[in-house]
Amino acid sequence: MMTRLIAQIVKELLSYLRDPKSRLTLVGPPLMQLLIFSYAATLEVDNIDLAVLDQDNGYWSHEMIEQVEGAGFVRDIHFVQTPEALTAMINNREVLAGLRFPQDFSRDVARGKPAAAQAVIDGRRAYAGQVTLAYLNQIAASVGAEIDPRAASSPVAVRHWFNPNLIYKWFIVPSLSGILAMLIALLVTALSIARERELGTFDQLLVSPTRPIEIIIGKTVPALIIGTILASVMIAAGVFLFRIPFTGSLLWLLAAVMLFILSMVGIGLMLSSVCKTQQQAILGTFSMAVPIVLLSGFVTPVENMSGFLQLVARINPMTYYLIIVRGSFLKELPVTEVLNNAWPMALIALVTLSSSIVIVKRNLQ
Amino acid sequence: MSAAVNTGFSVKRLAALVRKESLQVVRDPSAILIAFALPVLLLFLFAYAVSLDVKGVRLGVVLESDSSQAQSLAAAFEATRYFEILPARDRREVVPKLVASEIRGFVVIPQDFEQRLTSRAGPESLVQVITDGSQPNTANFVAGYAEGVVQNWLASRGAGNIAGFLPVRFDPRFWFNPEIETRRFLIPGAIAIVMTMIGTLLTALVVAREWERGTMEAVMSTPAGILEILLGKLLPYFILGVIATLGCALISITLFDVPLRGSWAALLLLSCTFLVPALGQGLLISTLARNQFVASQIALLSGFLPAMLLSGFIFEIDSMPLIIRVITHIVPARYFVSSLQTVFLAGDVWSVFLPNMLAMLAIGGVFLGITARKSRKSLDT
Repeated sequence: MMTRLIAQIVKELLSYLRDPKSRLTLVGPPLMQLLIFSYAATLEVDNIDLAVLDQDNGYWSHEMIEQVEGAGFVRDIHFVQTPEALTAMINNREVLAGLRFPQDFSRDVARGKPAAAQAVIDGRRAYAGQVTLAYLNQIAASVGAEIDPRAASSPVAVRHWFNPNLIYKWFIVPSLSGILAMLIALLVTALSIARERELGTFDQLLVSPTRPIEIIIGKTVPALIIGTILASVMIAAGVFLFRIPFTGSLLWLLAAVMLFILSMVGIGLMLSSVCKTQQQAILGTFSMAVPIVLLSGFVTPVENMSGFLQLVARINPMTYYLIIVRGSFLKELPVTEVLNNAWPMALIALVTLSSSIVIVKRNLQ
Repeated sequence: MSAAVNTGFSVKRLAALVRKESLQVVRDPSAILIAFALPVLLLFLFAYAVSLDVKGVRLGVVLESDSSQAQSLAAAFEATRYFEILPARDRREVVPKLVASEIRGFVVIPQDFEQRLTSRAGPESLVQVITDGSQPNTANFVAGYAEGVVQNWLASRGAGNIAGFLPVRFDPRFWFNPEIETRRFLIPGAIAIVMTMIGTLLTALVVAREWERGTMEAVMSTPAGILEILLGKLLPYFILGVIATLGCALISITLFDVPLRGSWAALLLLSCTFLVPALGQGLLISTLARNQFVASQIALLSGFLPAMLLSGFIFEIDSMPLIIRVITHIVPARYFVSSLQTVFLAGDVWSVFLPNMLAMLAIGGVFLGITARKSRKSLDT
């Protein structure tokens, strides 16, 4: 039975590795994705264009504009003369925001009255706009401190633990390792049974002496190998290429990676056993992958979602994997916490894998 | 294939091909799934799961002081809808929870809070806020909102003159979206993703399957010309894409409360324009890959993920490194997202639409041109 199993695993692996195009697409795209998207996916705001309408032309408006110009997040400032020109620039998406200093801005400051400039922000890019507004408020606070030292100190001292400068790559790269490994594991397994069905070789497999559990193991192991290698390469890229501090235990993380991929393989197998063609399997994978990513706490914290979606997030293996991988990189996650988040993945893997065995058995009858 | 047979363009032949392809689409439940069920699922997820607004974020409040002032500040944290509070007396209770990602941060109200409050002269702060920096976005929001809670509390007890006083400030006004609802700018982006799935992924798979099974050669060996074959492939998906967009727009407006400030005509025109590069890309991928697994991987890499990440729909393009900003210019979704956000939230701004439409058509032209050349070559050899 052992030789049969090994032969099956080798056959499965060969079906991906024999064709040079498949071989390339197995490794190339995920790595390119890691590189491009870890640089692209940033919620930091940088390099933006602003428009300024200075109707005050006084000391304090100049001071504010100078500080905004010198701030790191600004690329260009376009000076305009009329409110209409400001409106047009925002409408045409030429600038993210327009700052308007009213006529008596400096006079108000001189009289000790709070002076307000208007920041008109493009609501189509409301997220970047909010971050920009926060930067602008910091500038206003520092100019305010020049005017009146009492205004200088904030009542709150903020410390960001684990990632003091809030570097976005430290967040995105570990998370991407999970997303990309999930995609490849899901796709490889979902396609495996569907392809055999399409080619008619699945029936041959069923009439051979191979038992259902062997078929499932034969499909699981190659996907596990491919997925684990990919995830490990990405974790290594995080450590060596992006120089993200790794504080946890590598061995426990690897164990978690394998459990995570097993649970994904289980989902992929269940998917493929209901799909008749490869096309259905691929489209099914996409339909699964999007909710798996969105409902994992990757983009927004789970508790921010509405009640029912929180429930879905709890049966999503990605939710647990993200906690483990982020913790292992940045938070020196203790083993007990790894285990706390590993057992739900193990449970999901167990349920999905055993149900796919049942489904194959039913096919036999 | 001899050139003599298929010179000339026959509408009748094209109609027959369109009919054949349409039947294939209608017969395969997965195409219907992706064109109708998936868009609904995606819109629903973007409306309810991907909210960048903060509400109910779990925050620890460590009350080291027993004074009434400290209690009152803790109550202020309790009262806001931004946070769900986990009270504690000692920071050692909350640190493990922060490590385990059970809370997103905590506030420490120190033992000498009362003293700090009365003798506030120097740069000393009143309270400390610790966030979980492993999620930078959430960390920023926690810090910002926690500061807001303290500022408001100070202002409400009349101490605002000293602590909250700002000699100069910016009054924000968010145009097109004054309530800053993230849903309103995410949903137009979600429509672009749905269209990419239909246009690029579905087309890539369908044509790759024909190559894989050898039926593409069969169609090619008929008198039908390459132009007729390509058009015959594209038209049914074009129509499917347009129907799906209009469906998505209708759902967004009625269920998700996204305004359509521009005209339906502009929306329709923009969608049709976007489908040219999207379908062209799908066709090109399938022609190059000729294998469904490879085609799906390439469609994922070059279609779906760029539409998600490089289109400016979640992540701001201007903030990306130069080389990636350059790459975004060949992502058709970039032009579509920008136009969709405008047509939904701002109105018919043709000075935004026209350059975007030209760019989409140009990209589509390049894709289709390469496809036509590749398909012809493959039969000659």
